Amino acid sequence: MTTDNYNTSRRAFLGLMAGGAALAASPRPAPAQPIDTRARIVIIGAGAGGTALANRLVRRLDGASITILDPSADHLYQPGLSLVAAGLKPASYVVSGTAEWLPSGVTLIAEAAAAIDPEARTVSTEGGQRLDYDFLVLAPGLVLDHDAIEGFSLDLVGQNGIGALYAGPDYAARTWQAASKFAEEGGVGVFTRPATEMKCAGAPLKHTFLIEDIATRTAGPGKHEMHYAAHDGNLFGVPIVSEKVRMLFQDRGIAAHYSHVLKAVDPGRKIATFATADGTTEMEYDYLHVIPPQRAPEVIRQSGLSWPDKWTDQGWVMADMKTLRHLRHPEIFALGDVAGVPKGKTAASVKWQVPVVEDHLVAAIAGREGTAVYDGYTSCPLITRVGRAMLVEFDYHNNLVPSFPGIIAPLEELWISWLMKEIALKATYNAMLRGKA
Amino acid sequence: MQDLTFETLIAVFEEIFGTALFWLMVVAAVAITAGYLYVLIRDREMSMRKFLLAQLSMPVGALVAVLIVMLATHSHLRDIGGPIDVVVLLGVAALGAVGMAILVYTLQSLFWPPSEEPPRS
Repeated sequence: MTTDNYNTSRRAFLGLMAGGAALAASPRPAPAQPIDTRARIVIIGAGAGGTALANRLVRRLDGASITILDPSADHLYQPGLSLVAAGLKPASYVVSGTAEWLPSGVTLIAEAAAAIDPEARTVSTEGGQRLDYDFLVLAPGLVLDHDAIEGFSLDLVGQNGIGALYAGPDYAARTWQAASKFAEEGGVGVFTRPATEMKCAGAPLKHTFLIEDIATRTAGPGKHEMHYAAHDGNLFGVPIVSEKVRMLFQDRGIAAHYSHVLKAVDPGRKIATFATADGTTEMEYDYLHVIPPQRAPEVIRQSGLSWPDKWTDQGWVMADMKTLRHLRHPEIFALGDVAGVPKGKTAASVKWQVPVVEDHLVAAIAGREGTAVYDGYTSCPLITRVGRAMLVEFDYHNNLVPSFPGIIAPLEELWISWLMKEIALKATYNAMLRGKA
Repeated sequence: MQDLTFETLIAVFEEIFGTALFWLMVVAAVAITAGYLYVLIRDREMSMRKFLLAQLSMPVGALVAVLIVMLATHSHLRDIGGPIDVVVLLGVAALGAVGMAILVYTLQSLFWPPSEEPPRS
């Protein structure tokens, strides 16, 4: 071995390292030049949609006045609530600060919107401020109508076998208290969903599957009787997924009751009353999971921005299903749960909706027409056991649109899909909030 | 999944581990790999004696990697549900094995350079 050779190798080694560094710093597509504008943009709601959009808009616009309204100091990672309600994560897993996700250059007003005047283009806040806008983005989420279920109130959650995981992180944790007691002691479990449009229609199924799995592993098989009450004739809105769930329910001994909508609860007698096609019927329970009807917030319903002829009891915004633009007021967009589109009340939908609203809003400011289209994409890592899930992705047309075709089968219960839910989903969600995914 | 670019992946990994820990891990991985390449080039040969110990440590690395992933994700071997799961499991094990082997070989070479190795019998 000669010194010369050694030096050559060292040079080669340094070259290799330099090559690696160059690869890591490989050129990214140059971001579009920000547009100079004085546009006043008001975003109602700093949830998944409002926050992600704000982060993207500050990068696209220079000089715009962006105001975001949200009375809640806490930002909730709602896809995590199912995990909290199954004892897999603490309540704190889903909670962060609203303000910490917002970029500088955006004004956060910690108040709810009280009124919207789409003719005068103003939003009034609950504190009495009046905000004029050129563009308005409606992203306030939805409200859970617990009062619609007779005999039910949130104080009941966690006691006497009642769970309600949608109500927030603390209620999800209390739901686990009730569910774990059921898992240990056995008995009759009744799982419900509302007849309205709802946030993540997979979550009622996930809770059913998870509690069945945990219960069977905790107390052993044969000690639990499981019932799932579906609001119509299907277990899921996408027929092929519904069939798969029907088969899984059959395998797991979960009885499906179709066209059963929870109407009333008698917590003393532990009886749930359902409206069915043939009147009402009662079911006894030891554990009851309640998901109430869901509606657009009152301020949206009072503003005349809802669909006049669809979902009239729910009030979702009259938005174009492809552009999310209001059909009567083109300067108004709807994002997330509040949008009156056929599917899409999930964080995954929001992730795909935000770039569409961004495109059309920025194009409108620049005097162009936007081109981006939202085709109803949504995704549901449908957990079927602790450790397994089906990565179900679909669009407006009930087509499955797998992200990894041929690799991750959408209707197979897989560990990799569970890993995605456990590890990558919150990270992807957070990256989305920052406008980076 | 939309726009699955290199930048998105980095952003996601930053969120999984936290920015500081993620980059610390990247630096550690790069440092160990660079150390490995350094000792290979410095010594101009692989020491089979060190490589033997490195190889013996591979099953340990594989097992540790699988155990960490299982524990961190509330998972169990019974959750393996399809071919892709087997691929992921083997991938995790392989990464753990190779990582451990490189680490063990590099540490041996750094602390016991060839000049300090006992002569071969």
